[in-house]
Amino acid sequence: MAGESEASKHICKTSSKSIYGDYMQDYKILAKKELCPWTYHLKVSAPLIAKKILAGQFIIIRPNKHSERIPLSICGWNRDEGYIEIIIMACGRTSREACEKNVGEKFEDVVGPLGKRSHVQKYNGSCVLIGGGYGTGAIIPTARDLKSTGNKVIGVLGARNKELLIMEDELREVCDEIMVTTNDGSAGTEGFVTHALQNIMDHKTVAMVLAIGPVPMMMAVSNMTRGKDIECWVSLNAIMVDGTGMCGACRVSVAGETKFACFHGPDFNGHHVDFDELTKRQKMFMEKEQLAMKAFKEKGK
Amino acid sequence: MTNKKDLSAKERIKKPRNEMLLHDAKERIKHFEEVPLGYTWEAARDEAIRCIQCKKPLCIEGCPVTIDIPAFIKLVEEGNVNGAAGKIREANFLPAACGRVCPQDKQCEAVCVVGKKGNPVAIGNLERFVADFERSENLNRMPKIPKKTGKKIGVIGSGPAGLTAAYELCMKGHEVIVFEAFHRGGGVMVYGIPRFRLPLDIIDEDLKLLEEMGVKFYYNMIIGKILTIDDLLENEGFNAVYIATGAGLPKMLGISGENLNGVYSANEYLTRIYLMHANHFPEYTTPLFQGKKMAVIGAGNTAMDVLRTGKRLGAEVTCYYRRSREEAPARTEELEHAEQEFINFKFLSNPVEFIGDTNNFVKGIRCAVMELSEPDESGRRKPIPTGEEFIDECDTIVFSLGCNVNPIIVDATPELHVNKWGIVMVDNKTFHTSKKGVFAGGDAITGGSTVILAMGQAKNAAKYIHDYVTGSFNYELEVPTDPNTPGIEWSGRFAKGKR
Repeated sequence: MAGESEASKHICKTSSKSIYGDYMQDYKILAKKELCPWTYHLKVSAPLIAKKILAGQFIIIRPNKHSERIPLSICGWNRDEGYIEIIIMACGRTSREACEKNVGEKFEDVVGPLGKRSHVQKYNGSCVLIGGGYGTGAIIPTARDLKSTGNKVIGVLGARNKELLIMEDELREVCDEIMVTTNDGSAGTEGFVTHALQNIMDHKTVAMVLAIGPVPMMMAVSNMTRGKDIECWVSLNAIMVDGTGMCGACRVSVAGETKFACFHGPDFNGHHVDFDELTKRQKMFMEKEQLAMKAFKEKGK
Repeated sequence: MTNKKDLSAKERIKKPRNEMLLHDAKERIKHFEEVPLGYTWEAARDEAIRCIQCKKPLCIEGCPVTIDIPAFIKLVEEGNVNGAAGKIREANFLPAACGRVCPQDKQCEAVCVVGKKGNPVAIGNLERFVADFERSENLNRMPKIPKKTGKKIGVIGSGPAGLTAAYELCMKGHEVIVFEAFHRGGGVMVYGIPRFRLPLDIIDEDLKLLEEMGVKFYYNMIIGKILTIDDLLENEGFNAVYIATGAGLPKMLGISGENLNGVYSANEYLTRIYLMHANHFPEYTTPLFQGKKMAVIGAGNTAMDVLRTGKRLGAEVTCYYRRSREEAPARTEELEHAEQEFINFKFLSNPVEFIGDTNNFVKGIRCAVMELSEPDESGRRKPIPTGEEFIDECDTIVFSLGCNVNPIIVDATPELHVNKWGIVMVDNKTFHTSKKGVFAGGDAITGGSTVILAMGQAKNAAKYIHDYVTGSFNYELEVPTDPNTPGIEWSGRFAKGKR
């Protein structure tokens, strides 16, 4: 391929032969389940990552040799069996390629665990964990941690319609109660997650909120909880390259300071995040994304 | 061909220096092939003849890895390139890379006696010639590996420092395991140095050699996250650990607009292109927003790399630097090559704001015009604003202001002392850190320097790591605890003010 040298191909070969040892992970897909159209739940073999990963941390994958590196949140793991669980939605070229991998196939690279652990402590009041769309899986590990720390945990799940509602049972297992909202009312209550949150805030003392999902949702949750003595955490899915602080692609402004989502985050105080900047930065490569997708389709896949 | 015996020292000195032919600037900005074409056999021997074989050669002291320079040059003169390669390899395991990226003009060649009256011997070019000849003729580079000692050493990072330490420790018979955070080896030589300065094959062949020597590489391993140093020392049976993680945390300008779309750190820009191949988009799917008018902030080697890369990707490129050309930290050759390649330079221009459009894309840069003050006590002329300003249009900005040390390992290893810039503190002599059995080198302890200085440090550290794992490490350690202590500087004779 154009960018790699002859010798590097050789290296890749010898590496995989010579280094199958203690620290070699093979990133094989062990299980794959379609949650809703173009959204998959995958179990990926990565024994070392599985051993270390904590709630709130994320991974970076490179599905194929030619792929870019994309960050993904984790919705579970099995330390003994050595796999991690991810939810991936085919929204662009790279996530599409990842979704097209079948059981038994491998990702080229999986790196992690990255970022810091979610903030977990005993709160004087309920913890509300809000998942929107594919972000729903990501709140599960933190919900589990908060509950085992002795908190009352309320899960809020939102989707456009019943078909797109995912991980409901899994979330129910780790929460004291859950609330489901759909935009069209086809499941749970009609409306947005913010309506459910308002409802909870009206009836209970909420001490902490964690929101993971699309930026407008996280921004709305942050605005609702501002000035109300509620801790508000959001997990930012900024554009990343290396995920270790090396490049700074994931810069976000928090309380007027530049932070790196990969290293200082991914969780930040939602009340201080500049969501407008984040939204615009996420659109940086939109044109390129369309070109990449076009090339992908032309390849006749 | 001239016979060396016919020439006196005086005659040798009089000979003009052989410069390498370069790809024509107009042509080379269209591709990523190497700029210099290298020496021919004739040119190499003719250049070797210029060395007067000093009784007390200063060049060796000028080399951070102390290559026996006169000896290898003599072998070239005698036509024994194989011997010359072996001579260099006694001291330097990455000659093809060093011949290309070392700042020889500030090291060995700066002190060359021949250079006192005219131009110094082209030591770097000769090193490059020998290394390239060795590769192209497929000469055996495999050294004799001593019997295994049974000691296991972990090296964190596969850049210049990590690879050198791995080589040296392997040559002492130890089992060496290299942990690399990225999906391929080479560190900054891959993600940070452009292909037109250092082709990928060169790095990969050196990696291949290490693998053949028995060094094991594990990729995607971010030590501090997936495994900690404590894990390695306490549970994984490592006898010592060497931190060679580099200086990966870009410094920011702290001015308005630095988070606009189209504003990159040099690390991000170069990584997208050279590690992830964004210039082959969409065959490779890493995107890059490459504008038509690109502004680059800074005038170090990395800034030159960014400027010349941008030019090759078709942009009109301008360098903005707050001091004058004289203070530019880049290697002279890089600066000259950039100037040949139709790159604009705006010296004494200090960016004060990046201007964005309504979609948050950068559209301009506002600079303060500076002037240099009278020299202060340190002899340095400080840039001070004149009060004048100007605005230039641009649609891509890359800032190249150097790096801080990446904090992942330090955060996960509380016993490591660091200074207030995050630089890992080590004992000056042994490179031992404040944590038992842990050594460090390269940019992690300097805060940002060159390939060769990282290698020099790694070579030294390897000696002491060997002592440590073999139980003969009896040194009084002094690891600074004062957070104001600066990083390690090269203590070589000619280091001061020459870097």
